Amino acid sequence: MSGNEKKVAVFRKEHFNAAHRIFNPKWDDQKNAAVFGKCSNPNYHGHNYELIVQVTGVTDPETGYVMDMKALSRITAEEVLEKFDHKNLNLDTEYFRDLNPTAENIVIVIYDLLRARIDLKLELKVRLYETERNFVEYPA
Amino acid sequence: MVYLTRLEHFNAAHKLYNPGWSREKNEEVFGKCANENWHGHNYDLYVTIKGDPDPDTGFLFDVKKLGEIIREHIIEKLDHKNLNLDVDFMAGKMCSTENLAIAIWQQLHAQLPPAVRLHGIKLYETPRIYVEYFG
Repeated sequence: MSGNEKKVAVFRKEHFNAAHRIFNPKWDDQKNAAVFGKCSNPNYHGHNYELIVQVTGVTDPETGYVMDMKALSRITAEEVLEKFDHKNLNLDTEYFRDLNPTAENIVIVIYDLLRARIDLKLELKVRLYETERNFVEYPA
Repeated sequence: MVYLTRLEHFNAAHKLYNPGWSREKNEEVFGKCANENWHGHNYDLYVTIKGDPDPDTGFLFDVKKLGEIIREHIIEKLDHKNLNLDVDFMAGKMCSTENLAIAIWQQLHAQLPPAVRLHGIKLYETPRIYVEYFG
């Protein structure tokens, strides 16, 4: 790669709605309530999650694209939305059976799912909003 | 006449599921919203009252008190809860945004001082979906 190739970041926004419970199965209900408060409600609560997928690389001289956004949209739909949208993250997905579905852990899971589908010459970063005011980003 | 609005928010799980129907019919009518194990939302609640400002205070109603009433009677019951299972005033009802807005109106209407006139409830289930109820 020559030094004068310019990198551009492209972003795809998606959203999904899901229920979850922050819960450590090794602890009793009392300790879960003490550490996680109302987020540990046994009957779950939920969020509108907003997801921003950032792909960075040099534009392809043939297409002018960093990455075909239709492909990025399709991959995000297949790897994230179909698995998480209108689901219970603790009960309905395979990823949080032994992993607490905090925003931190969810963003790492999403990154790993997307990373496996996106060309390794492109950089990937994922930002996840749990609420408008709470969001996480990986890698940091 | 002045209209005054207070915005609060809560996060909750729910599902759209009619227990009188088969699972197939629920899935046909409500789609993925009928997911047995729930899903959830960040709800934004706009409560609007109306009237004339008090000549002594300039207030329609003390917004701090309005916030306290909404938090005590609505937010504490709904926030980080399962709307189908954990909320006394939604028991036996379909947990649609429409029904939730009506139930919030009824709860608040009973708690506001008689001099305060409730004008409307605007309830956002997602940034793109909301309902309004005017009593």
